[in-house]
Amino acid sequence: MLQEHAKIVDFIAAAEGVTGRKKLQKMVYILKKLGEPFQEKYEFHIYGPYSEELTARIEELCDMGFMTEAKEDKGSYMQYKYAVTAEGLEFRAALGQQGFDPAQVAELNSRSSRFLELTATLLYFEQLPREEQVEKVHIVKGKLNFTEAEISEAFDFIGQLRDARLQ
Amino acid sequence: MEYGLQKLVEEKVFKDPVHRYIHVRDQVIWDLVNSREFQRLRRIKQLGTSYLVFHGAEHSRFNHSLGVYEIIRRISDDIFHGRPEWDESERLVVLCAALLHDLGHGPFSHSFEKVFDVDHEDFTRQILMGDTEVNGILTKVAPDFPQKVADVIAKSYPNKQVVSLISSQIDADRMDYLQRDAYYTGVSYGHFDMERILRVMRPLGDQVVIKSSGMHAVEDYIMSRYQMYWQVYFHPVARSAEVILRKILQRAKELSDTGYEFAQPPTHFTRFFDRTFTLRDYLALDEGVLMTYFQLWTTERDPVLSDLSDRFVNRRLFQYIDFDPGRDYRKLGDLADLFRKAGIDPDYYLIDDSTSDLPYDFYRPGEEEERLPIHLLMPSGEIKELSRQSQIVDAISGKRRTDYKLYFPAELLIDGKKKAIKQQIIEMLREGGV
Repeated sequence: MLQEHAKIVDFIAAAEGVTGRKKLQKMVYILKKLGEPFQEKYEFHIYGPYSEELTARIEELCDMGFMTEAKEDKGSYMQYKYAVTAEGLEFRAALGQQGFDPAQVAELNSRSSRFLELTATLLYFEQLPREEQVEKVHIVKGKLNFTEAEISEAFDFIGQLRDARLQ
Repeated sequence: MEYGLQKLVEEKVFKDPVHRYIHVRDQVIWDLVNSREFQRLRRIKQLGTSYLVFHGAEHSRFNHSLGVYEIIRRISDDIFHGRPEWDESERLVVLCAALLHDLGHGPFSHSFEKVFDVDHEDFTRQILMGDTEVNGILTKVAPDFPQKVADVIAKSYPNKQVVSLISSQIDADRMDYLQRDAYYTGVSYGHFDMERILRVMRPLGDQVVIKSSGMHAVEDYIMSRYQMYWQVYFHPVARSAEVILRKILQRAKELSDTGYEFAQPPTHFTRFFDRTFTLRDYLALDEGVLMTYFQLWTTERDPVLSDLSDRFVNRRLFQYIDFDPGRDYRKLGDLADLFRKAGIDPDYYLIDDSTSDLPYDFYRPGEEEERLPIHLLMPSGEIKELSRQSQIVDAISGKRRTDYKLYFPAELLIDGKKKAIKQQIIEMLREGGV
């Protein structure tokens, strides 16, 4: 019961807060693709893999008082910051959740949302051969003009994350 | 003549309660409708367990898919036809994607997918690309045509206008299901002026926008969507049936995993239990098959499986109360302990459920690029996001009312057995202590 909610709290706590809804979406997606048992269903949207279930669950957690959402006006858009409250930490402890590797979550959190969007999109098309994955990224993310260097870095990053999980 | 351009000698017309008529002139569309995989959609209800609340809601994904096709046909053949921003060569791919967008849905999709960790979108892709009648028809158009249709449905097609028509916050899918679900459930919500919306839709750049003169029609659509969610899609009794359905499947899986010998071997499920299923196994399932198993399982030896199956088949649903998990999650644990002491397994008989578990969403204005919002085309040529222009939409967009329920079998608590403990449970539930 409420285990899925507790898992999200655990993740945000391990990250010591996450700035940006897009970043949060992509971090959870990447971890899910690496094998973390997140139950939230993702679909491909205009900005890459997106989970409405995750958005709704975050809203519920804020509503329950386990997380806070701070809004920051960035002029052309609003940015949201998420953090776990003291009640949220108690909730996590009561439900016996504490399973994320803080170093790996911190590594993800240190990356830009643009880079995470690229990484998540490559993972979304990971069933394709590498050249087709890259081709897909250029088709669906044409406007973002990802460079070969960024794409190569994202592939390396996926490899590092996978290696770290095997150790 | 190329297969993709072939027309039927006489137009085929389906009578439809929502759109009055659905028109088919293309040979490809007619062949797809008659394919084995598309006909299977007749045996999968559009609204899952909602028929246990709204007895009219027996309509299928077949009806809905035809409805989405008809809306797209009207957009491409009437509204967008001849507009320089619209690429006419996309007509057939967008029609096929509209018709086939739900092809991978299985029986009682939402619960089935949760329990067996499968995704209907993967199956849609497999049906389009695999050894199926649908793939054979699409391949006759062009070898790369199945991939194109799959890309539109997966939202990774290069032409974003095409994707937006099938899947966006104001797309043919939603416009059909809102009206269709309203019609079949009999509720008075869900109606909006689709004719007006279609007339003010415009292809522009990499999206489809709405002329600002049509804003009030879109407001009506957003309100319909909001009301349908609360009145139909999030209905607590339909959620009770969904909870029981999910628990039946979980129980059957658990029994299989522990070597239980079923009186009626669950042949159709076996490869889903051990995750060796193929597309063929998936296509062999429909709601008739599942209901047959549930009926047979009402006499299984396992008391939990037989009881849950009986509840679902004979509509003996769980009772529910509102609860606040933020305040009462600890008490939920205490309550589960009392259930165990009373001899009732809380894993199957004390279930919390929230609206975030449901596959429906509200309009979101696309902050931080989460989802592409609805854009209005202003007389000046500017593009503005809907909720910034409409006070009505602003009032409800992104402000989701969350709803938590706790489900339990009320009659087991008053059956006269283990009275003292059950009395404690009843008092906790009555006090709103959970």
